[in-house]
Amino acid sequence: MATRASEQLRVLTGHQAVAEAMRQIEPDVVAAYPITPQSEIMHYFAEFVANGKVRTELITVESEHSAMSACVGASVAGARTMTATASQGLALMIEIVYIASAMRCPIVMAIANRALSGPINIHCDHSDAMLGRDAGVAQLFAEDAQEAYDFMIMAQRIAEHPSVLLPVWVNLDGFTLTHTADVVELLEDELVKEFVGEYKPRYPLLDVDHPTTQGPFALPEYYFELKRQQVDAMESVPQVLLEVQAEFARLSGREYQGFFEPYYLDDAEYVIVVMGSTAGTTKEAVDTLRARGEKVGLLKLWLFRPFPREEIAAALEGKRAVAVLDRALSLGNYGPLYLEVSSALYEAQRRPRLYNYTYGLGGRDTTAKQLEAVFMQIQEKTFGKEMHYIDLRE
Amino acid sequence: MANIKTLAKREEEQVRFGWGHALCAGCGIPIVVRTVLNSIKEPVVVANATGCLEVATTLYPYTAWNVPWVHTAFENAAATISGVETAYRALKKKGKVDGEIRFVAFGGDGGTYDIGLQALSGALERGHRFLYVCYDNEAYMNTGIQRSSATPLGAAATTEPPGKESFGKHRHRKDLTQIVAGHHIPYVAQASISHWQDLSRKVERAVSKEGPSFINVMSTCFRGWRHEAKFTTEIARLAVEARFWPLYEIDEGEWRLNYVPEEPIAVRDWLKLQGRFSHLFRPEEKKDVLAQIQAEIDRGWEELLARCKVAPTV
Ligand SMILES: Cc1ncc(C[n+]2csc(CCOP(=O)(O)OP(=O)(O)O)c2C)c(N)n1
Ligand code: SF4
Ligand SMILES: [Mg+2]
Repeated sequence: MATRASEQLRVLTGHQAVAEAMRQIEPDVVAAYPITPQSEIMHYFAEFVANGKVRTELITVESEHSAMSACVGASVAGARTMTATASQGLALMIEIVYIASAMRCPIVMAIANRALSGPINIHCDHSDAMLGRDAGVAQLFAEDAQEAYDFMIMAQRIAEHPSVLLPVWVNLDGFTLTHTADVVELLEDELVKEFVGEYKPRYPLLDVDHPTTQGPFALPEYYFELKRQQVDAMESVPQVLLEVQAEFARLSGREYQGFFEPYYLDDAEYVIVVMGSTAGTTKEAVDTLRARGEKVGLLKLWLFRPFPREEIAAALEGKRAVAVLDRALSLGNYGPLYLEVSSALYEAQRRPRLYNYTYGLGGRDTTAKQLEAVFMQIQEKTFGKEMHYIDLRE
Repeated sequence: MANIKTLAKREEEQVRFGWGHALCAGCGIPIVVRTVLNSIKEPVVVANATGCLEVATTLYPYTAWNVPWVHTAFENAAATISGVETAYRALKKKGKVDGEIRFVAFGGDGGTYDIGLQALSGALERGHRFLYVCYDNEAYMNTGIQRSSATPLGAAATTEPPGKESFGKHRHRKDLTQIVAGHHIPYVAQASISHWQDLSRKVERAVSKEGPSFINVMSTCFRGWRHEAKFTTEIARLAVEARFWPLYEIDEGEWRLNYVPEEPIAVRDWLKLQGRFSHLFRPEEKKDVLAQIQAEIDRGWEELLARCKVAPTV
């Protein structure tokens, strides 16, 4: 059985960590198109291909739309398939992402989160990830390169689980995670291969002796039922995730038990809910305030889709106040994450006061000091319910 | 070369396409599909762009296809088949699939000349081994006869109708076959449903190539072109006789003209048979438009003659 002793400590950027995971998984087909801040993932992976470190067939397509289309083609053909993108690339893909989900393609996709145009910008926010909110893809958010690496490996198992068969996105903050180096523990190649196992497609298109028609035309008599099957597939993700996490913990010693990481959450009265690398900054703020005796805590969400409604409600019920930090807008309403959390809390008996902050759009830095201020602001019962913006010139 | 008996025998052995499709009786598309599929000896996997062919053959839970078939969207049949073909190579390398398979993508003119041109160009440049067949019926038929860049000058389309200030489509059609030729792939051809033997031979040549190949097939749509359904192949034949749709091929860089009409008909006589051009003749004849159409045909023919070896095969 695997032990932690078999792992290797490396100093890697998020790019490298994701590329290493891809190398170890060694999918049959990868189709991708360059876009900052995803590009280096593909540079590293292309090097692996060029040097025979993987036997993967790399399709250097002419657009992300074709990347996603080729991925669906490869996936239905029966190949284990991956891609990576960001921002505009994801926007261009999104038509086919919906189709990938409906065609039940277990494609693992690394998303190096970047703000959507316009104006054009290359830095991080989560507006690109929100494009997939209703698309039928499972979405994980990583706090650091280690999580990005681990999630890539776990995502493979989740995506290909027979009751799931959906694309899985591993979100990692552009630049903050992709371009900065961190210590990452890599598993041994063989252990990863063993963990992800072999992909056994049920109805591969390439089975010419048993021809299948994939991606047909479905009218009102059937469309609805087919969509309902996607709902079921999505709903099976949490249970599968827990199983995969437990198995992964035995392999790696790294415990991911659940859909979010609680940080001083149990006895906290004031809580921040956030996804991605800003969770790390929030931990700093929590540490500082806890040292002063403030009862503050963090709920760092890993699983954004499907949204773990009940678990979130249970974790936040009875808190005095909660600030939900959105790194994307849903223009015309509160932020997307806030809307999810507030609807999850609707059934709760003891609802906390709930506040929404928008932060970090287009890569604006968010500091621990600013997050400390958030913790202080939400303690005021009279604090306004309007959308608050962190570090914005009005 | 497969003769009619061979094709019929192949269809007897394995009906690859046909049961209960809902394409209009008199549509040119099934002629394209059956000729293409029956001309290929090896197992075939098909990708299809959105359009009449796709919607009329795969009404869930039924299918008219007895070969593996995939559709994802309108503009990406070439990208989709790229993925399928790459998966085949990847899995073959690992011993997970064996045997020869041929890959064919079908797209309409809308899905090929217009919205799918980029995906097609990309796939051709990358060199996947597949045959792309464009069934060119010169408009977006499935969505209501809207103009495409394959719609010829003067034709009525619902998005470019004739009217007081308009004689219908006001631009000449795009020459996609030559655009594809610019990719210098092993095999490019133009064919027509009226010359099935020529089409069949072209398919055989195309799939024998190690890399990408492309065949642009004129396929009449009696609804959009507005002629009687029984004239489906005849209208297509006359398009060839009028030199509106020359039959030629570019085989490893060699341009060959496959058919030279002995006595070419004036395009006017071809246009007159189709309701989509009726406004060019009534209330009075639009002589200037007719002259423009004829001039463009003559120009194209001369250009082709200068490039091609004349090598009749029909
Ligand atoms: C992205 C996108 N835009 C538009 C459509 C609507 N649409 C479906 S088929 C079609 C026209 C197809 O025309 P063509 O490719 O010539 O095929 P035909 O209908 O003539 O067989 C259009 C516009 C679509 N399905 N997807
Ligand atoms: S509308 Fe035209 S192209 Fe479409 S099925 Fe009918 S005849 Fe064929
Ligand atoms: Mg058409």
